[in-house]
Amino acid sequence: MKIENIPQDIGGLANANMKELCYGVDKDGNYTTKLSNGWNVKTLALNKSLELIDERVADLKQQCLAGKISPIPYYMELNRMDLMVLSGYMNKWQWVIKRHFKPSVFKKLSNATLLKYAETFKIDVNQLKDIAL
Amino acid sequence: MKIEFNHRQSAHCENGVIANLLTHHGFSMSEPMAFGLGSGLFYVYLPFLKVNFAPGFSYRPMPGFIFKRLCKRLNITIKREKFKNPLKAQKALDSKLQSGIPVGLQVGVFNLVYFPDEYRFHFNAHNLVVYGKEKDNYLISDPVMESVTKLSTKELEIVRFAKGAVAPKGHMYYPIKFPKKLPLEKAIKKAIKATCRDMLAPVPIVGVKGMRTVAKAIKKWPKKIGVKKTNHYLGQIVRMQEEIGTGGGGFRYIYAAFLQEAAAIIDKPILKEFSKELTKIGDQWRDFAIDASRLYKNRSSEFDGYTKVSNKLLTLADNEEDFFKRLKKAIK
Repeated sequence: MKIENIPQDIGGLANANMKELCYGVDKDGNYTTKLSNGWNVKTLALNKSLELIDERVADLKQQCLAGKISPIPYYMELNRMDLMVLSGYMNKWQWVIKRHFKPSVFKKLSNATLLKYAETFKIDVNQLKDIAL
Repeated sequence: MKIEFNHRQSAHCENGVIANLLTHHGFSMSEPMAFGLGSGLFYVYLPFLKVNFAPGFSYRPMPGFIFKRLCKRLNITIKREKFKNPLKAQKALDSKLQSGIPVGLQVGVFNLVYFPDEYRFHFNAHNLVVYGKEKDNYLISDPVMESVTKLSTKELEIVRFAKGAVAPKGHMYYPIKFPKKLPLEKAIKKAIKATCRDMLAPVPIVGVKGMRTVAKAIKKWPKKIGVKKTNHYLGQIVRMQEEIGTGGGGFRYIYAAFLQEAAAIIDKPILKEFSKELTKIGDQWRDFAIDASRLYKNRSSEFDGYTKVSNKLLTLADNEEDFFKRLKKAIK
């Protein structure tokens, strides 16, 4: 890639006032670096993957409102976590967390556990119990 | 306290931290040189490791490998510490800073406050350097940022003790022993040989063979898992190739820069020709990304589009196989 051809597409990076370092060759064929505002091709890939997360969040919200699942998987997805990450922050086994996905088990959780979930998701306990809040 | 530390932005965090730390200790080093010496160029396909509901594709080795290999080849001793107790971790960091030693840290990205929202995932193998502390703020040199930044004691503790895959557990590191003179020539030759070996490995998910496996899979995906999922997978490939601090073209440009720099050091002008060739291969990777992005942009269900992208990857595998076979001979 020639240094003058490094894409400067205004995308996600530019909004955050961030530039990334890219490598290219100058007129004499020597390698050098230049800051880039971003590249549409990869901004699109990133946006598509964020859209997919949004879709999953929306789907889990519906399931939760319909009473099929507890609010835990919804908040987990909202925070871009997976079971491994959440079990790490909760300091509990993954299968224990998975059980909390059931509304019947979730209802019986102790206040301490609920509080820990709320802290992990950076919300309060009322929001944790009712995702409509 | 504030240690005089020269912040240089880099494409990738690991190379950047190595290059900046070594330069600080009087061994001037560029990012491409650090990347090359650690045999950073790689390709691996991990179909069973699901990252964001897609298989893993990586254009670099496991986090930490580049650093480890580089230190071994240059006879540099690194001290590494991990902690269970955040307070102990903080005290250990403070005492190093007190004695004027900048410290490398492994951190999680999700809670890094200066990162844009879009880039905050639970990725736990990010690297940065702490070079001082002013009141409650740590002075941070994050190599992917344009300039230095700050994190409060609490903010730093959260990212040092992020949870999930490869949790950092407060991991901190700093070089403690250097040789009088870095054995650069020997290390460069060894590093290039290792990269050739990696890329030509007789393993179906590694190097050029890994590319072929992915290329064949791309042809099958639309029928097997549907167009939507295929497009998501292609998006994942493009992100790993271009986004994760690769400097463009899945690290091929950085490696080409390394070959150019190495040519002068080991007095092998032929490496300059190899550098030019690899730049062209990097351009082909960019073309591959553009073609792949067209597919997930238009949501077109033309299967021949996928065949075209797959063929492009097969061509890339052929070109790289030829390239690394000749490079291996040239470095002997």
